[in-house]
Amino acid sequence: MNLDFGQIIPSLPFILNGIVVTLKFTLLSALFGFTLGTLLSLLKISSIKPLRWFAEFYTSIFRGTPLILQLALVYFATPQLIGYKISPIEAGVLTFALNSAAYSSETIRAGIMAVDKGQREASMSLGVPYRPMMLDIILPQAFKNILPALVNESIALLKDSALVSTIGVLDLMRRAQVVAGQTFLYFEPLIIVGVIYYVMVMGLTQAAQVLERRMRRSD
Amino acid sequence: MIRIEHLVKSFGPLEVLKDISTEVGSGEVVAIIGPSGSGKSTLLRCINLLEIPTAGHIFVDGVDITSSKCDILKVRQNVGMVFQHFNLFPHKTVMGNLTYAPMKVRGLSKADASEIALDLLTKVGLSEKADQYPSRLSGGQKQRVAIARALAMQPDVMLFDEPTSALDPEMVKEVLDVMKGLVKTGITMAIVTHEMGFAREVADRVLFLDGGYLVEDAPPDVFFSAPKSDRAQQFLEKVL
Ligand SMILES: Nc1ncnc2c1ncn2[C@@H]1O[C@H](COP(=O)(O)OP(=O)(O)OP(=O)(O)O)[C@@H](O)[C@H]1O
Ligand SMILES: [Mg+2]
Repeated sequence: MNLDFGQIIPSLPFILNGIVVTLKFTLLSALFGFTLGTLLSLLKISSIKPLRWFAEFYTSIFRGTPLILQLALVYFATPQLIGYKISPIEAGVLTFALNSAAYSSETIRAGIMAVDKGQREASMSLGVPYRPMMLDIILPQAFKNILPALVNESIALLKDSALVSTIGVLDLMRRAQVVAGQTFLYFEPLIIVGVIYYVMVMGLTQAAQVLERRMRRSD
Repeated sequence: MIRIEHLVKSFGPLEVLKDISTEVGSGEVVAIIGPSGSGKSTLLRCINLLEIPTAGHIFVDGVDITSSKCDILKVRQNVGMVFQHFNLFPHKTVMGNLTYAPMKVRGLSKADASEIALDLLTKVGLSEKADQYPSRLSGGQKQRVAIARALAMQPDVMLFDEPTSALDPEMVKEVLDVMKGLVKTGITMAIVTHEMGFAREVADRVLFLDGGYLVEDAPPDVFFSAPKSDRAQQFLEKVL
């Protein structure tokens, strides 16, 4: 075994810059994904059947096909279908948001159902319309209940984000491969980004635990 | 104030309210009593459209709330409701609970809403709890806050669905006292209750429901001393 981290050192800043790309990508995907997931969850509990069917169908599509296929479809088929030259990062965020919406909508739906129905009735009895009732009364309580699950979903997003290296986004993973290509060293750059992913995931997990404990104390 | 005409409410095949007609005058207090499952809650919930009547009409302030043209939200703003399990918003302070709907729905400024809220909290004896979260309150305190929250919308009618049933016995009185104070203000009230002494004391009329029928509709002294129907007699024997 001959490891040569020394040769990697000049490329280290290049690799480290990937942290920002990966984090930004994950954050955007989670943000759009959970927003869309919330809307989907509202469709799923709607009293209008076609809306429910649509939401269920949407979810089954994104859960029933490989993420990497969805990514390739969005990236390569968008220019062909609508003539828009989509950038890798746009395609990545779009795919991940759509995909994450499908998964998180289930979690959010469960969170909404777990909120005591008395909360809804109290809001209605005060004459509060549907939107403010959802935004101010029901969803805050639902999100509080499912925060740990959403953090887990974000962690999954962070790890899966490495997939966007396949369409050329210069994230952590892709940067490791670039460095490998330049130096003909594979193990070293890959192990470096591996450690970086691990540290980020552990950090998120820790933060989630602290948050959860603090919230548990507050009620 | 409230006029109910041939009200029917069904849940699927189950007819829960059967041809109910009655009237509650302005400032009148009616107690709704009857055995479990007789339709008391359902009747109350029809008056603020938490349940949509299957047939018949309900007029509040002369407006037919069962008409499709009727604005449900407007009706609810004018009809306050107090629930058995309080249903306070756990993520809002007591003050937040009282000011939320007046600000959001009535469009009051924060200052105006807070002033009304503080005044109501003083009336229910809880002004020092304004900044607390509901989880820190006792059951009796929660229910008093819930009453104040409903009153903050300045409704013409107040509905109570077993407001003391979920309370420890020692806390029942403080809630009933608040309600008695409310009676004096002349607001129209409909109260589903198992507190017969309270019903007898404050109600102008007692509505006795059984099996979805309005079996008796009489002043409390008449109802409690000489109930006409066998069902009411049996019921009173059991609860008194
Ligand atoms: N949402 C609903 N769906 C189906 N059935 C219902 C629903 N709500 C009430 N019911 C039925 O309607 C009947 C009357 O219920 P309601 O809650 O009005 O009775 P109640 O007199 O308030 O009883 P309690 O004293 O136990 O509160 C019951 O048989 C109940 O099971
Ligand atoms: Mg009931």
